[in-house]
Amino acid sequence: MKFLPLILRSLLRKKTRTVFTILSIFVAFILFGYLAAIDSAFGLGVDLVGEDRLILQHKVSLVQLLPESYLRRLEAVDGIIFVTHCTWFGGVYRDPKNYFPQLVVQPERYFKMYPEFLLPEEQLSAWLEDRTGAVVGRATAQRYGFKIGDRVPIQGTFWRLADGGSTWEFTIRGIYDGAEDGTDTTQFVFRYDYFDETRVASAKGLVGWYMLRIRDPERAPEIAAKVDAMFANSFYETKTTTEKAFLRGFANQIGNIGAILTAVLAAVFFTILLVSGNTMAQSVRERSSEFAVLKTLGFSDGLVLLLVLGESFALSVFAGLAGLATAWYLISLGDPTGGVLPIFYFPPEKLVTGLSFIILLALLSGLFPAIQAMRLRIADALRRS
Amino acid sequence: MNDALVQVREVHKVYHRGSERIDVLDGLSLEVPEGEFLALMGPSGSGKTTLLNLIGGLDTPSAGEIVVGRSSLGTLSSASLASWRAGHVGFIFQFYNLLPVLSAEANVELPLLLTRLGRSDRRQRVATALEIVGLSDRAKHYPRQLSGGQEQRVGIARALVTDPTLLLCDEPTGDLDRVSAEEILDLLEELSREHGKTIIMVTHDPAAAARASRVLHLDKGRLSRESGT
Repeated sequence: MKFLPLILRSLLRKKTRTVFTILSIFVAFILFGYLAAIDSAFGLGVDLVGEDRLILQHKVSLVQLLPESYLRRLEAVDGIIFVTHCTWFGGVYRDPKNYFPQLVVQPERYFKMYPEFLLPEEQLSAWLEDRTGAVVGRATAQRYGFKIGDRVPIQGTFWRLADGGSTWEFTIRGIYDGAEDGTDTTQFVFRYDYFDETRVASAKGLVGWYMLRIRDPERAPEIAAKVDAMFANSFYETKTTTEKAFLRGFANQIGNIGAILTAVLAAVFFTILLVSGNTMAQSVRERSSEFAVLKTLGFSDGLVLLLVLGESFALSVFAGLAGLATAWYLISLGDPTGGVLPIFYFPPEKLVTGLSFIILLALLSGLFPAIQAMRLRIADALRRS
Repeated sequence: MNDALVQVREVHKVYHRGSERIDVLDGLSLEVPEGEFLALMGPSGSGKTTLLNLIGGLDTPSAGEIVVGRSSLGTLSSASLASWRAGHVGFIFQFYNLLPVLSAEANVELPLLLTRLGRSDRRQRVATALEIVGLSDRAKHYPRQLSGGQEQRVGIARALVTDPTLLLCDEPTGDLDRVSAEEILDLLEELSREHGKTIIMVTHDPAAAARASRVLHLDKGRLSRESGT
C-alpha cells in the first residue's frame, strides 16, 4: 500500500495520454457488457431452461401440427412425469411491428411445467374462471401498458375464428414475473379450450408441440428415441429434443450471433491491448532514468517490475471496473431496442469473464514494459540520461 | 586489520564498442578511510564516474574486488546489492534526478519506502533530513517549483534520509551557479565534519575539490597523483 501513491502519481505523469487510455478501456468494457447482454438475448435464455424438459414437435417442422390425443399416450411413457402442449398463435396487436410471442396453452399445466414463470395463485384462479382470459409476462405488460382487466384484441394471421373473423379478444387476468433475470417475460398466453372451440373446424384437435418433463435428465436421449419410435410411420411422426437443444436450434435460425459477437469483442480487445500496451511501453521508455534512480536508491529489480505492473493494473482495473459498472447500470435500464431484445440483462457469468479480461489486459499490457524496466542496467540508463 | 571503509583492489573495467576494447579502469587500487571527504578529479573519460558506480554497486568490475565496510560487492546478488545500497549508500547526482511527479518530501521519502518504518516515523525522518538541508519550508513543493540549488538540496536530503555511512556524489555542483554550488559544498563539508559521513565526490571543479580533505586525480583509468588540501 505504501507504494500506491508512487504508482498513481506515475500514472498521472502524462495526464492526457492516461485519460485517453482510460477512456478507451472504459468504452471497450461498456461495449463488452452490451454485447454480452445482446448475446444472451439472442440465446433466448437457453442457459436458464430446465434440464428435465423435452420438446416434441412434428418431424417435418415446427409449423406442422400434432394431434391433441398424443398427450395421454405420452403421459403413459415410463420416465415421463408430466406433459402439456402449446400452439404458436402468431397474431398482431394493433400493428405488425408490435411483436410479442402469443401462445395457446393449457393454463394450469403450462404454469406447472414452467415454475420459473411466477403467477400469483389468485390470478391463476381468475384466469381459470374466464375462458377468454389471458396472462401476459411483465416485460410485455410494461411495454404496452397492459393491466389486469384490460381487453386486448389480437388479429389472427393464420388462425381464423369459426365464424370467419380474425380478431380474437382477450381479457388480461394475470401478469407473470420471471424467477431470474433472464427468464422470458414477454409471452402472451391464452387458453387452449377457448382457442380450440372457436377456431375453424378443420384444425380442431391439433396442437403445435409438446413439452415433456422427465424424471431423470440422464435418460433424455433414451426417452426421446422411445417416443419418436412410438409415433414412427404414422401421419404425425415426431422429433424430440431437449428444450435446450430446441431453443438453441431456434436461436441459430437467426444466425450464429455468438460467433459474430465474439469476433467483434476479440477485435475490440486486441485494439485495446495495443492502446494500453503502447501507453505502458511509452511511459516506461520515457522514465528509464527514473527507474535507474529508483534502483540506485535500493529498489530491487523485482520491486521495479511490480511497480510497473501495479501501474498497468491500476489503469486497467479502474477503467475496466468503471466500464463494467456503467454497462451494468445502462443494461439494467432495459432493452434499448424497445422490444427486439426482450430478454436483456447482464449475465452474472459474463461479469466474471469481464473481470478476467481486466486482469488479462493489465497483465498483457504491463508485462513486457515491466520486464524491460526490471532488466534496465542502472549505469547505462544514468549515462544515457 | 584494515580500517578503510572503502577498499578498491586491482579493479579493471572494460567496455566493448563493436570490436574496440576500452579499458576504462586499469588495475586501479584505492582505500578510503571512514569519515574522509575525498574528491576524484580527472579529464572526461578518465573513469571517475565508472569508479563511483562500481563503489556504489551500480555496476560490476571486469576484474578486481571492491569491499565497502564488511561487504565484498562482487559476492552479493542483484537483490542483496540493492538492499545493501538502500542501507549503506546515499547517491547525489549532477542533475538531481528527482521524480518530477513527487513533492520534495515524497522524493526524500522514497528510500524509506524500502524500510519497515511506519508512516509517522518516515515523515519524521523526512522532516529531519529536509531540516538538515534547510528546506523544511519547501517540503510540499514539486521539483519544477524549486531552484537548481534547492533541487540539489532535496537530492542530498534523499541521500541522507536513511543515514548511510557513505555518500557518493557525481558532480554535485556541476549544474549549479557559483552561489548555489558554494552552499551545496558547505553542506557536504558539514555532513563530513559534523555527521561523520564518508564522502566520495567526483568533480571537474578545482574549487569544489579544494573543499575535500584529499584529492585524487585519475587519468586513463589509473590514479595519476594525489594532493591534500
